[in-house]
Amino acid sequence: MNIIVPVKMVPDLVEELTIDPGGAALDTAWMRLILNEFDDHAIEQAILLKERVGGLVTVIAPEAADVDDALFTAAAKGADRLIKLTGETGSINSHALARALAAVIQTETPDLILTGVQAHNDLDGQVGPLLAESLSMPYVGYVSSVKIENRMATVKKEYPGGLLAEFMVELPAVLGIQASDEPPRYVAFTKVRQAMQATKIEEQDIGELDISGSAAVSRMFQPEVKERAEMLEGDSDAVAARLVEIMQEYGVL
Amino acid sequence: MSENILVVTEHLQGRVLDITYVMLAGARRLAEQTGGKVIAVLLGYKAQFLTQDFGADKVHSYDRPSLEHFSPDAYLRVLEAEINAEQPRAVLLGHTTIGMDAASGLSARLHLPLVSQAQRFDGSNFVSQICGGKIMAEGPLPEPTALVTMVPGGYRPEDGQGRNPPILEKQAPGLEGMRVRLSHFIEPEAGDVDIAKESVLVSVGRGLQNQNDLELVERLAKDLRGTVSASRPLVDKGWLPTSRLVGKSGKAVKPKMYLALGISGAPEHVEAVTGSNLIVAVNTDPNAPIFNVAKYGVVMDMYELIQALSNALEQEAHAA
Repeated sequence: MNIIVPVKMVPDLVEELTIDPGGAALDTAWMRLILNEFDDHAIEQAILLKERVGGLVTVIAPEAADVDDALFTAAAKGADRLIKLTGETGSINSHALARALAAVIQTETPDLILTGVQAHNDLDGQVGPLLAESLSMPYVGYVSSVKIENRMATVKKEYPGGLLAEFMVELPAVLGIQASDEPPRYVAFTKVRQAMQATKIEEQDIGELDISGSAAVSRMFQPEVKERAEMLEGDSDAVAARLVEIMQEYGVL
Repeated sequence: MSENILVVTEHLQGRVLDITYVMLAGARRLAEQTGGKVIAVLLGYKAQFLTQDFGADKVHSYDRPSLEHFSPDAYLRVLEAEINAEQPRAVLLGHTTIGMDAASGLSARLHLPLVSQAQRFDGSNFVSQICGGKIMAEGPLPEPTALVTMVPGGYRPEDGQGRNPPILEKQAPGLEGMRVRLSHFIEPEAGDVDIAKESVLVSVGRGLQNQNDLELVERLAKDLRGTVSASRPLVDKGWLPTSRLVGKSGKAVKPKMYLALGISGAPEHVEAVTGSNLIVAVNTDPNAPIFNVAKYGVVMDMYELIQALSNALEQEAHAA
């Protein structure tokens, strides 16, 4: 089983996001990046499948701040190969990333490609289905369970209201992972350090960036707030007392 | 090339999904700009009755047994044919488990530009909501045909309703050789409480540090005669069952009080709680989007608040 997992770094939403002086992009100067959380689930799902049916897991990411740490963490969890896409990755979008990935993956003959179903900063679609189309593979997204048998993947796809649908997908295929079968495993930093020693990150230059297929952004801004919550101030006891009053007022107590 | 706006309508198990009406409302705004018509595209089997209240100028219906349920491969093939035939100014799809499976594939297959997470249109500009609702991105709708996936929040579903638009039967292209096949649906597990029917929900998110701390939350919920629910990260960690998930792929809730503890308020969560009578949010991040939908907000560590609120409730119980 040859499994490829394309992942990417995204802005950490816990930090405050600011707009750059040009007004049409995020200010990246102080931006902290973290691994897209759905990609973390895709890595976990790939490793779970490797543990169940055997195989090779390759994790591929475009160059970005802290991406080496994310790749080595994947290796510490059980990924076999790490590839970093280098070049003009600063202004990469989903279409450009899918094209760059397709160029690399075409030579790899994968059985399965697992990637996060989406990223919060996707503005021109998702990498998974774009990549599937470039590679002429089928795609299913919002997947929260994957089983492999006889060149077929049996997947559970999520619908609203807790409804699931089971699909049969012919391999090779691309799956957009919403959640892995098991929560992503924790890995101790000492194991990541070992992975740094034992695993090499291969670099592949993506050449000229082709971002076509996206829309130009003329303005970025913080959402205008119509009605913000009335903020309760004071120490925790004062706030709690006020909350009790509010709950009585609304007939909750 | 036409100035029409196509809406890829969504339905599930015989019911129209709300995003369909939101898209029809958005399409109407765009059509007013372009001078074109709003065309609702329906893929299904014996599903034409669903279109009675669509706010569209007409319906293009692809009706055959193999389209009864959503399947990414089949939708791609039918929509490819529809878009090629219509050459519309824009195609609206849901930024949903259905629309997202088709939109990006169409963009790659037809070499048409795609805009994701659009919340509304401002003139002929799209306005997208990105970064968990913290940033809006605006730009001119790309040409010649813009594919757009839409999130809720910009238009009211009521504004996408209308009466009996005429239905045009369309011939679906051949659907043999599909590589993705639905085997069956799996209904949500019964037996647990139905959070959609609870009158008090104490909901926890990423702010909860470890699974054992759920006890504290359970106790508070008990004091409030309520039930514990959660946002996506805790369900993905396996700390709470999917039946307790509030959000896009979980339940939409409408309790008397929704107490959100350590929940930042990503759009997928927010869209499912706006029906609540009272929302109280507690978060350490003063910029958390949850405060934009809450009636009352508290910037505080959720543990400190739980402790203080439990004490206050106990005092109240003694006083009564």
